[in-house]
Amino acid sequence: MIEFFVAPLEYGFMVRALIGSVLVGVMCPLVGAYVVTRNLAFMGDALAHAVLPGMVLGFIMGINPAIAAVPTGVTVAVLVRIVSRRAGFSTDTSIGILFAAMFALGLAMLSLSTTIRVDMEDLLLGQILAISPTDIYVSLGITILVILGLFGLHHWLLFASFDPVGSQVVGARANIVDYVLLVMLALVIVIGIQAAGVILVMAMLVTPAATAYLLVRRFVSMMVVAAVLGTAAAVTGLYISYHFNLPAGPAMTLVASGIFALAVSFRRRAPA
Amino acid sequence: MNPIPDGGASMSLQDVTVEFDGQMALSNVSFDVEAGTLMGVVGPNGAGKSTLFNAIAGLLPVRRGKVTLHRVDQGRGALAYVPQRESVNWRFPVTVKDVAMMGRCCRLGWCRRPGKRDRELVDACLYRVGLWDHRSALMTELSGGQRQRVFVARALTQEASVLLLDEAFSGVDAGAQEGLVEVLQTVRNEGRIVLLATHDLTNLAGRFDQVLCLNRRVCACGPPDEVFTSEVMEQLYGAPGVRLAMAGEGSKSR
Repeated sequence: MIEFFVAPLEYGFMVRALIGSVLVGVMCPLVGAYVVTRNLAFMGDALAHAVLPGMVLGFIMGINPAIAAVPTGVTVAVLVRIVSRRAGFSTDTSIGILFAAMFALGLAMLSLSTTIRVDMEDLLLGQILAISPTDIYVSLGITILVILGLFGLHHWLLFASFDPVGSQVVGARANIVDYVLLVMLALVIVIGIQAAGVILVMAMLVTPAATAYLLVRRFVSMMVVAAVLGTAAAVTGLYISYHFNLPAGPAMTLVASGIFALAVSFRRRAPA
Repeated sequence: MNPIPDGGASMSLQDVTVEFDGQMALSNVSFDVEAGTLMGVVGPNGAGKSTLFNAIAGLLPVRRGKVTLHRVDQGRGALAYVPQRESVNWRFPVTVKDVAMMGRCCRLGWCRRPGKRDRELVDACLYRVGLWDHRSALMTELSGGQRQRVFVARALTQEASVLLLDEAFSGVDAGAQEGLVEVLQTVRNEGRIVLLATHDLTNLAGRFDQVLCLNRRVCACGPPDEVFTSEVMEQLYGAPGVRLAMAGEGSKSR
């Protein structure tokens, strides 16, 4: 059994992949707790797709794609809010427009570029076994930033999430807090894409947090349980991928979904 | 408990007019509220009660006129707003204590964590509204009346001078409505202004200091026994509404 866990770590790429998995497993569910309770799942999905042009630009310019994805994700997150406020559309409509536009832009850039050879499947499904030391540093930097944000703004985030109108009356900060949350969402998605890819990052963002929502009562407990479950799913998925020669993203997703299915069977929370 | 210093805030609205897409939602609304007043804002659905509160709270632009708060440091959570039930994200799993602590946000500023004083104030305010025993309960586990009292506790921890409660009696049974008004009376006694919007004040009108009858404009404003005339009721609810209201009064007096 010990061999099952230790043997893969003889390889440097597996150590990096393990570190990457833990960071993804902790960070995506921490922010995912807000995604689940604030109905931001579509926003998360959209951000994951919308960072594609940033990543492609990174490949073209020779910058680490994770670094290049950060400003794209942040810009789209802020744009969604601005478009829905200025044009008077629902957030869903604004997300739908921007997400499709940005994803299409990414695909067009990828087709037009003759200088890069990127495997589309790696982008869509993630390739954590190929994670570079720079990717790890970027992920670590994002982790520290987001944890500081979540900790420092905790009470404002609770206020704005639970009572959006009441919090706006208290001050303009509530608005800024919403922007900061979207920026943090964009940042953790950038980490998540490395492990699970554009499509399956949703599994790390939403599934562990939704599972935790079923199991515990308080929001803080939900964040902690979500992070534990997310880490368990990411690490287990990584080992399954190594030993059974499966792609890591789908393996992590299946583990997270399996835990969710168990939780649904033993659910504690009554329907809201 | 933390009373409002210097005799408390007062508020005046002068010719406040609000429009939505060219439609008049409020027209030339003017009234004054002195410190230590519990005011009921009544009117039928669509009368502009929520619009009025949103305008006072600065959530809606005022096309003409102005809202003035006197003797209030406006940048520091002077106004506390208790929204309609539908505006709250009940899916978000917060406890009674978490909600009361939200009132401290504007006092804490960015990134500062609550200290001992904040926690003591939260406990004291929850005790005061009779919910200290429920401090660890989730908001969804409380009754409608208890939820409203938690929001009042949040306004108290915020040290707000003006409390705006929108449709506060919605989903609250008659007994709990009485309990809520009792708590609001103690809040009023500290020199705070409390405005409570509801579409029906029949049973509790006498417990309010002032009543503002609103139907896109001010139909009447004053002590309850002066404003509830058949003429004002007709302006609010139309002739059938008056007959119903009068029938209600008759059955109560029997």
